[in-house]
Amino acid sequence: MPGIPTNYFLILSAILFTIGVCGVLTRRNGITIFMSIELMVNAVNLTFVAYARQFHSLHGLIFVFFVMAIAAAEAAVGLAIFIALYHHRDTIDVDEANLMHW
Amino acid sequence: MTWADTLLLLPELIAATGASILLIVPVLGGRARGHMAKWAMLALMAVTALAVIGSTYAVAGVQQTPTFRAMFAVDAFSVFFKLLFVVVIALVTLLSEDFLSEERYSTWEYYSLLAFALCGMMFMASGVSLITIYIGLELLALSSYILAGYYKNHEESTEAAMKYFILGTVSSAILLYGISLIYGVCGSMRLSTIAAALSTMLSNDALMFGIMLLAAGLCFKIAAVPFHVWTPDVYVGAPTPISAFLSTGSKAAAFAVFARVFYVAFPAFHLDWSNVLAAIAALSMIVGNLAAITQTNVKRMLAYSSISHAGYSLLGIIAMNEMGLRGILIYTMVYVFANLGIWATILMLRRHAYAGESVEDFRGLHKRAPFAAFSMVVFLLSLGGIPPTAGFIGKYFLFAAAVQAGFGWLAIVAVVMSAVSMFYYLRLVVAMYLEEGSGAETIYSPSLRFVTALSLTVTLVVGFIPELPIRQVIESSSHLVGRVVQR
Amino acid sequence: MLDKLWLIPLIPFAGFLLNGLFGKKIGNGLVTAVALAASGLTAMVSTLAVFQYLGAYPDHGRHLDRVYNWFTAGGIGTDVAFQLDPLSIVMLMVVTWVGFLIHLYSVGYMGEEDGYGRYFAYLNLFLSAMLILVLGSSYLFIFVGWEGVGLCSYLLIGFYYDRDYAAAAGKKAFIVNRIGDFGFLIAMFLMFNYAGTVDFAGVQSMAARGQLTPTVITAICLLLFLGACGKSAQIPLYIWLPDAMAGPTPVSALIHAATMVTAGVYMLVRSNLLYRMSPSAMMVVALIGGLTALFSATIAVAQNDIKKVLAYSTVSQLGFMFIGVGVGAFTSGIFHLVTHAFFKACLFLGAGSVIHAMGGEQDMRKMGGLRKKIPTTFWTFTVATIAISGFPPFAGFFSKDEILASAFATPYFPAVGKLVWLMGTVAAFFTAFYMFRLWYLTFTGDFRGTHEQEHHLHESPWTMTFPLQVLAVLSIIGGFIGLPQMLHTPVTNLLEHWMQPVIPEIEGIGKLIEIPVGTEATVALVSTLLAALAWYLARQRYRGRGLAADLATEQSHPGLVHTLENKYYVDEGYDATVVTPLRQLSIFSWKVIDGIIDGTLGLVGYTVAAIGDLLRFFQTGNVRNYALMLFGAVVILMWVFA
Repeated sequence: MPGIPTNYFLILSAILFTIGVCGVLTRRNGITIFMSIELMVNAVNLTFVAYARQFHSLHGLIFVFFVMAIAAAEAAVGLAIFIALYHHRDTIDVDEANLMHW
Repeated sequence: MTWADTLLLLPELIAATGASILLIVPVLGGRARGHMAKWAMLALMAVTALAVIGSTYAVAGVQQTPTFRAMFAVDAFSVFFKLLFVVVIALVTLLSEDFLSEERYSTWEYYSLLAFALCGMMFMASGVSLITIYIGLELLALSSYILAGYYKNHEESTEAAMKYFILGTVSSAILLYGISLIYGVCGSMRLSTIAAALSTMLSNDALMFGIMLLAAGLCFKIAAVPFHVWTPDVYVGAPTPISAFLSTGSKAAAFAVFARVFYVAFPAFHLDWSNVLAAIAALSMIVGNLAAITQTNVKRMLAYSSISHAGYSLLGIIAMNEMGLRGILIYTMVYVFANLGIWATILMLRRHAYAGESVEDFRGLHKRAPFAAFSMVVFLLSLGGIPPTAGFIGKYFLFAAAVQAGFGWLAIVAVVMSAVSMFYYLRLVVAMYLEEGSGAETIYSPSLRFVTALSLTVTLVVGFIPELPIRQVIESSSHLVGRVVQR
Repeated sequence: MLDKLWLIPLIPFAGFLLNGLFGKKIGNGLVTAVALAASGLTAMVSTLAVFQYLGAYPDHGRHLDRVYNWFTAGGIGTDVAFQLDPLSIVMLMVVTWVGFLIHLYSVGYMGEEDGYGRYFAYLNLFLSAMLILVLGSSYLFIFVGWEGVGLCSYLLIGFYYDRDYAAAAGKKAFIVNRIGDFGFLIAMFLMFNYAGTVDFAGVQSMAARGQLTPTVITAICLLLFLGACGKSAQIPLYIWLPDAMAGPTPVSALIHAATMVTAGVYMLVRSNLLYRMSPSAMMVVALIGGLTALFSATIAVAQNDIKKVLAYSTVSQLGFMFIGVGVGAFTSGIFHLVTHAFFKACLFLGAGSVIHAMGGEQDMRKMGGLRKKIPTTFWTFTVATIAISGFPPFAGFFSKDEILASAFATPYFPAVGKLVWLMGTVAAFFTAFYMFRLWYLTFTGDFRGTHEQEHHLHESPWTMTFPLQVLAVLSIIGGFIGLPQMLHTPVTNLLEHWMQPVIPEIEGIGKLIEIPVGTEATVALVSTLLAALAWYLARQRYRGRGLAADLATEQSHPGLVHTLENKYYVDEGYDATVVTPLRQLSIFSWKVIDGIIDGTLGLVGYTVAAIGDLLRFFQTGNVRNYALMLFGAVVILMWVFA
């Protein structure tokens, strides 16, 4: 196959996924954490697309559409939850939310 | 696509349509009639149940399990779980009645979300492709996030929703990554095609990563250690009926997926993943039970108890034999009903949003509500695996399966840990029967009474005459086991 | 009736339902009627069934009454089936009739207590579970009864819920029993795996046909014994039984002396074929039995609570039964089980009568001189004391003697057998000593309680004394079902002939014990003489003097002055050289060894709780920590896996 080998895409997506993970672990702002999660999901999408390109198959591509739709729904739900959290605390710093523990 | 094909999707279509209707009723001026919502929901459940049963007749006599474009199968396994889900959602509907009327939250949307969750769960049970399974899982998860935060005026509930949401989406991303790797290695997302591809394949890193990431994502859904951290906080913070739902229905759905994926797709690499899952199962049983011992909040205690039960159920997947699969089905059912019964009693004790949660609230219950106290003892014994309650039968199958598969050490851990579990289950028995005290007041509505009675019946019937349910289970699971034997 | 064996456990269960659901509404009179009718009816039905069995099975084979298929699907289930054979019948008769007597006794004893209906509901439920345990035809099915009696025991120990220690004791009993059940369950899984069945007859025939390897048999035997250790209170799982005395006294008599605690012995005798194929497992049983018998007999010497003495005594007597089973004398184990059920139930009920008379006082230091005040209790208690001490021709003599002689003559492990015999003989000596100590302290000398208590002293009502009298008579004549060969009476070894079908001779599998007449006579003579010596020592030390001698021992300087003042110089010499060291040994065993075992188990409990607490600290409540744990777990998984 001409062009870029699939492995390159996979490595890129692994790097993107890891960046997303680091974002989730280091950020305190709820929205930023959520954006990092979206980055992880999109890294996976890249994997799907890369494999779909390699297999010349539509499955992977179609799955990416589903994932994007679900991510959009997740965004809607997530933002609603963060707004509710903001109502209670006037902040969306997730470290502040630890009423329940042990 | 033919009409006959569409017929296979009938239960899901009904659930989704019903959920949508429930959603728009308040917009059309139904908000005032909030009390009607419960009946509408129960009617929807009844119709869905009929459709599930009907779909089995539609496909009866067909040689090959009919599937919808190899994405969605209607087989005895899925029907077993779908019926279980419908019953669970119906019972959760009954559990929610008092909470909704007291807290004055909108009822129609609440039930609509439950119906959407049901739709997702049914897709999970029927999914034979990782695409269907993932979408069903997400539909369930998204509904659950909102439901966990439904007490939006209570900070705990919102916080629980936030934690559940962040960790849940992270775990879905991990699961998704696993799916993508498996897709890359096998070139397909159909479980049967994956199995065929793997049967001629040697172990490789991408595949192993894929399986592990998928397992990690599923372990999060069933709350197995070390992916359990969200469970106690979410169970405590969420509205109690939703905690009941998360610990029963949502978990059962995750187990349906877990069982189908691992039994159908990955038998070829059983040796590789079984030891890892065995470690996870052992950890779940140990951590769940030990951490439950010192809890004084009953909801939290049940959360840890549910972690340990995920460990027991995992034995059935690890064993990878006929008995193991049967064990999962029986145990899931048994566990679901015992748990719903306990949650009903907790709800009965609530005075305001978060009461009925401390062990002290149970003091002297046998004087105030003898039937509830007696049923509670039966449920606790069932969770502890004491014969002749249903829990014993379930555990018996799971443990025997583990011994049969050569995981004797795991069975020993399981037996020891279920002995330990009696320690904290008995705390409630002691409080109810052997301690005096005013405890919390009780509001024992007919709905709660019905849930208790039904759960009690199931728990005792499965305990005393398990032959019939077990036959049903064997019928529901044999076609999956067939594949195991074939390989 | 033989095809309706299920009625036998069902009748008391019906009693449980009636009294449990309506006990508060129908009043004490009807509760009494229901409870007595349930236990009496089941006893009569059982007796009827036994007579029909005798007619139908002249060869005393196994009668099986299949009720329904519990679950067999999947190939690991069993039937709900009851069986009658000589062993079941012995147990059935003991459980139902002693059970009925104790129900009757409870009417008088519990008459003034709160929760009368609840008490009888639990008692009937216990009876029902116990009957499933002795009549069930497979390991899996009797496990239902096994757990059921544990649950009832737990509920009855914790019956007085106004006492904190009662609830704690109940819980301890339940948890310790669960440790034992673990062995039982794993043994069952092994049976399924290797024999493909858990039916008694099925497992035995598989074993007899050589289908099971010796390793598997030994493993099954040891695991079953672990279960028996929990239920029958053997070292190291005995610690729950002394605490269980927090329950009402009739419960101690029924559950913690006569019936439930003997379930372990029953199960081992039931599995005798397996044990005979594994001498090493038998040796473990015999040694643990011997140790328990000796150890708890020494502890009983230092107890001042009348029920605690009897509790340790029960542990010790159960040890004797396990000696019998362990050395291969299965019949003698059952023999002792029966006679022990008579005299120990009599002793406990007698103690209950004493406590009743004393208005709830259990401390022997506050008793004394009760023989005149409660004459019926006194004579029945005396009979039972003689019986347990092993004086001929009372019941305990024959059964204990048969066990000791078997231990001496066992062909399985002669050297160890002699050691076990020695432990048993010393234990028998202690038994006589602590029993007569109890007897003298309680019934002779001057009353040491308060004036009020003295005024209150009265004999118990007939519902309490009648069971005592019946049990006392049985304690006298009970031994005649197993008269030894050497006496040349017309009927010898009745029980052994009766039990023959249960303990069959099979070619190539461990043979049964034959005791030479000389051995039997010698052993009998030695133990009788020792019992007499123990009685003499106890008499010198405690008669009329109460606890003065004990108190002196506990002081750092053993009462030298006291000794000189006393006329019986020789007896005091005995005291100083024999009894006082014995007593110190007893206190040592109790305070130190008992403490260590109890402490170890307690420590395990604390450790478990501490780990639980520790685990909670991972739940910081911070979602980012949770995410870190999640990712960490994934990384570990991938690292381990790939």
